[in-house]
Amino acid sequence: MKNNKESNWYSILFDKKIRHMNSKSSQNNWVNYILLLATLISVFTTVGIIVILVSDSIHFFAEVSIIEFLTGIKWNPLIEPNKSYGVLPLVAGTMMITLGSALIAIPVGLGSAIYLTEYSSTRFRKIIKPIMEILAGIPTVVYGYFALTFITPQILEPIFPQIQTFNALSASIAVGIMILPMVISLSEDALNSVPESIRQGAYAMGSTRFEVASKVMVPSALSGIVSSFILAISRAIGETMIVAIAAGMRPQLTANFLKPVQTMTGYIVQVSLGDTPVGSLEYYSIFAVGLLLFLLTLSLNIISQWILMKYREVYH
Amino acid sequence: MSDLHKRRKRTDKIFKVVFLIFIGLALVVLAALIFDIFSKGFIMMDWGFFTNFDSRFPEKAGIKAGLFGTLYVIGLMIPITFITGTATAIYLEEYAPKNKLTDLIKLNIANLAGIPSIIYGMLGLAVFVRTLGLGRSVLAGSLTLSLLVLPVVIVSAQEALRSVPKSLRNASYGLGANHWQTVYKVVLPSALPSIMTGFILAISRAIGETAPLIMMGALTFVMFTPQGIMDSFTVMPIQIFNWTSLPKTEYELVAASGSVVLLLILFALNGLATFIRYKFSRD
Repeated sequence: MKNNKESNWYSILFDKKIRHMNSKSSQNNWVNYILLLATLISVFTTVGIIVILVSDSIHFFAEVSIIEFLTGIKWNPLIEPNKSYGVLPLVAGTMMITLGSALIAIPVGLGSAIYLTEYSSTRFRKIIKPIMEILAGIPTVVYGYFALTFITPQILEPIFPQIQTFNALSASIAVGIMILPMVISLSEDALNSVPESIRQGAYAMGSTRFEVASKVMVPSALSGIVSSFILAISRAIGETMIVAIAAGMRPQLTANFLKPVQTMTGYIVQVSLGDTPVGSLEYYSIFAVGLLLFLLTLSLNIISQWILMKYREVYH
Repeated sequence: MSDLHKRRKRTDKIFKVVFLIFIGLALVVLAALIFDIFSKGFIMMDWGFFTNFDSRFPEKAGIKAGLFGTLYVIGLMIPITFITGTATAIYLEEYAPKNKLTDLIKLNIANLAGIPSIIYGMLGLAVFVRTLGLGRSVLAGSLTLSLLVLPVVIVSAQEALRSVPKSLRNASYGLGANHWQTVYKVVLPSALPSIMTGFILAISRAIGETAPLIMMGALTFVMFTPQGIMDSFTVMPIQIFNWTSLPKTEYELVAASGSVVLLLILFALNGLATFIRYKFSRD
């Protein structure tokens, strides 16, 4: 009975076939355990993140009600008096940056991916790929610097003279550029996974390249393309250094892209740069904001995976 | 009919140009960024920039502390991440049974890759800095960055292992090797160049990371190089961030100099990864 029980949990974690082989070699046995131990680190990371965000947020929500936190329109946690903890200005700031960057990265990214799969020569593609990898490898702090010292004064100020030094627009543009390589490469992968026979069939009907792309390729690869958009949006929501440098540190409810805003991530950085005493309400507030950020990005990632699984066209 | 034909041709041409402009836009931005940073970056860069610590005078400010800090943190991170990342990939590809639990672990790793880096910083602060009592040390920074890049390393190593031809394994089993011998002496060496390529790209991501290290409490103004893994530290991107936030305009040029150094290191790593991929590609 005991033996049976043991083999049951064992077979959950290790392949039956290997178990059979293990009986001949004890070396395989400890290898299994060591590898499993390494794998468990990833599991503990997730558990750790959830435990920490929730347990430290509880201290915050003991003093500020969840309703006040989620519906309040004034975020003023650092300066006495009149402290208030309504997270909406931070959420609005994040949404502005996300929307702005998505408006840039999604059309440009999809268009570029279509060009690379449908119009471009192989040689052009071979040149573009490494360049996109360079773009993807530029640190966000450099993008932030570029937004603050180039995009705002050189590009935006001549067009919008009333623009402020720190503004949501320059940060949106920089975040859009940062997520662009991701949209291009994931959309391209999705387009490339459509079977060649479907594409050739469309060309055989006399379609132009644009018709093949817009009426056959993109609809066939739609799940992959949409999931790449969602992943990119989730990345934009979590982006920290660009907004910390270029968007300013002023939490306010505005729809004006020429003014400074503060995002959820920007607030967390601001607090961790200052000397907030551990255990104070300000200290715990970053965990509450972090928890909201985590839930937001996690649900987007799950939606993206769900779309991929649910709507993936299976070709044989 | 002919009119329709002409219109369709024209739409096709127009969109070709539009899409080309889109790609061109990305290239122009990249060119502008590199030109802007390199043209500003060399104005104030001299040998002193590499041998001086940070300073309240822009002309004396140097990146030595960040350079050594990055070297220590990344140097310590490399073995930790490589061993755990490869081991996890081997378990998932070679040993894990096909069941719900394994699927859950894989889903978990995919989701970890999408969590904002600043949240890893909060994890590092709470677990390594406070609970384990490592303080704001090089070790705590390395462990935090390890957890951050681990999902990327695991996924790319999994792909590398999966791409090893089945015939190689069968040949190994045919010669009487057991499972671990096959994995360790046949599959792993064959997948190593691919694993290295993904790993180097992950390292270069870690070098550029700022937010999680600020979050776990790495310092911004440092006048020393770390002597051991329990010392406090700063890294290059944090120094650059600090310089961008200073009011004196000369610091804008200092920040550009720092960015040049950072970018050159990343380009070199990127080139190394591309070289390995090209050299060992199985065509």
